Amino acid sequence: MLTLDKLYVNYGAIKALKSISCHVEEGEIVALIGANGAGKTTILNAISGIVPTLSGTVTFLGENITAIPPHEIVKRGISQVPEGRRVFANMSVLENLEMGAYIRNDKDAILEDIEKVFVRFPRLLERKKQLAKTLSGGEQQMLAMGRALMSRPKLLLLDEPSMGLAPMLVAQIFAIIQEINASGTTIMLVEQNANMALSIANRAYVLETGEVVLQGPAAELAANPDVRKAYLGE
Amino acid sequence: MFFQQLINGIALGSTYALIALGYTMVYGIITLINFAHGEIYMVGAFVGLFATAVLKVNVFVAMLISMTVCIVLGVLIERIAYRPLRKSSRLSALISAIGVSIFLSTLAQMLFGANAKGYPEGVFPVKQITIGSAEISTLQLLIIAVSAALMIALEFIVHKTKIGKAMRATSEDYNTAALMGINVNMVISFTFALGSALAAAGGVLVGLLFNAVSFNMGLMAGLKAFAAAVLGGIGSIPGAMLGGLLLGVTEVAGVAIGFSSYRDAIAFAILVLVLLVKPTGLLGRKIQKKV
Ligand SMILES: Nc1ncnc2c1ncn2[C@@H]1O[C@H](COP(=O)(O)OP(=O)(O)OP(=O)(O)O)[C@@H](O)[C@H]1O
Ligand SMILES: [Mg+2]
Repeated sequence: MLTLDKLYVNYGAIKALKSISCHVEEGEIVALIGANGAGKTTILNAISGIVPTLSGTVTFLGENITAIPPHEIVKRGISQVPEGRRVFANMSVLENLEMGAYIRNDKDAILEDIEKVFVRFPRLLERKKQLAKTLSGGEQQMLAMGRALMSRPKLLLLDEPSMGLAPMLVAQIFAIIQEINASGTTIMLVEQNANMALSIANRAYVLETGEVVLQGPAAELAANPDVRKAYLGE
Repeated sequence: MFFQQLINGIALGSTYALIALGYTMVYGIITLINFAHGEIYMVGAFVGLFATAVLKVNVFVAMLISMTVCIVLGVLIERIAYRPLRKSSRLSALISAIGVSIFLSTLAQMLFGANAKGYPEGVFPVKQITIGSAEISTLQLLIIAVSAALMIALEFIVHKTKIGKAMRATSEDYNTAALMGINVNMVISFTFALGSALAAAGGVLVGLLFNAVSFNMGLMAGLKAFAAAVLGGIGSIPGAMLGGLLLGVTEVAGVAIGFSSYRDAIAFAILVLVLLVKPTGLLGRKIQKKV
């Protein structure tokens, strides 16, 4: 479904990605794990077209989307929940969801999808008129995920959804990620919380300073002694 | 007397507010002080003059023509002078803006000469209406009514329409707006269009009010409107409206109590005073750094 081929990204003199190749197949949950600064966010932003690539290609559903502007990439069916949630703080919960549906014009179906988000995240329903900045961190994460789903993505990119959340909420968010996947959305998941990520992923890539150093089925990586030592805190 | 001055102040302040809105919206979305904005207002005044004097249309049609021309001009300026510099430092874009400003006022001087021109006699029938002790001219009423209508329309666009919401989203977070599928370049063009249309309307109204249109009218008006935008809190739309009105009223009040030779300084004195007490301006939010 999605293929990155020898992708390079620089920020000025900083080489953030060095020949990244990876792929995501339809229906999968693929995890990207790695330490701070490994380049995980950069990969997602390169896919979304937010950061320009130096060389290499991103192919989605057979189409080369490397040089396409971000808003066109959303139209192709890729949606991102950015690191740190990035909800529109001074807009209401409802308006945030409307922004998620920006590329769509089917009013009635949009309203139905907003209802579906509220079914999935009941806490948002009670707060739909509230400004997003008044939400708790967990609620903002729910809003950011709901917002990303509003474009009806084929592929959902999630950047550290567990960041700063209490363990119970993390478990809840991961359960919802599995639900979203089960209802037909392919998922690429970036996580510091490697334990959780590997527990729900089909496959995973381990990143170090802009390079893929390990890859394979999630269960296999979770059993790998090097991974256990470096990322699972053993 | 007080009521009279208040009306005078509100009429003047409305025109400052119309111009200030363009500064604040553009700043809100690309953190650029659009130095050429005062010149868009000047061009608006000239187009209005041309429309009434040469095309012989009425004031409202003239205002529409002027707004249309300035929308095109504002959007073009952004395309040509700012967009190529979007990824460079803020300073480059600012210098480019100053360049456009000088270019436009020099061009106007070459085309129309250095002398101020007046709108044709009787293009808007000015009558004095007496309410209690105050004399209000129909022109002042026109200014206040048109400004109020435009600002209400702007509030509607920004809060109720899809493109307006996209504008707010983009001004909050440029990259995340793009992740929503918002074409941010289109939104930025739209912002320039809105700001330029308001400035053009302001230009025509001020042209009528002072009956003088000149190549350098954009400079002082631009500075004062910018002061109004900062006073209200740059980036805040209600702030620009409030700031404009406040400046207009205090300027008129200052003149009334005998500081007429300091007329232009009053705006900046108020600005300094307010910023000392509240650095973000009256309705301003803490300025976030944009990526
Ligand atoms: N806008 C930027 N300008 C300059 N350097 C950047 C920028 N964004 C990221 N970098 C650098 O690129 C490298 C990769 O950053 P990236 O944000 O992709 O890492 P990450 O794996 O997502 O880290 P984290 O887990 O902390 O979020 C880092 O060295 C970082 O300092
Ligand atoms: Mg990151």
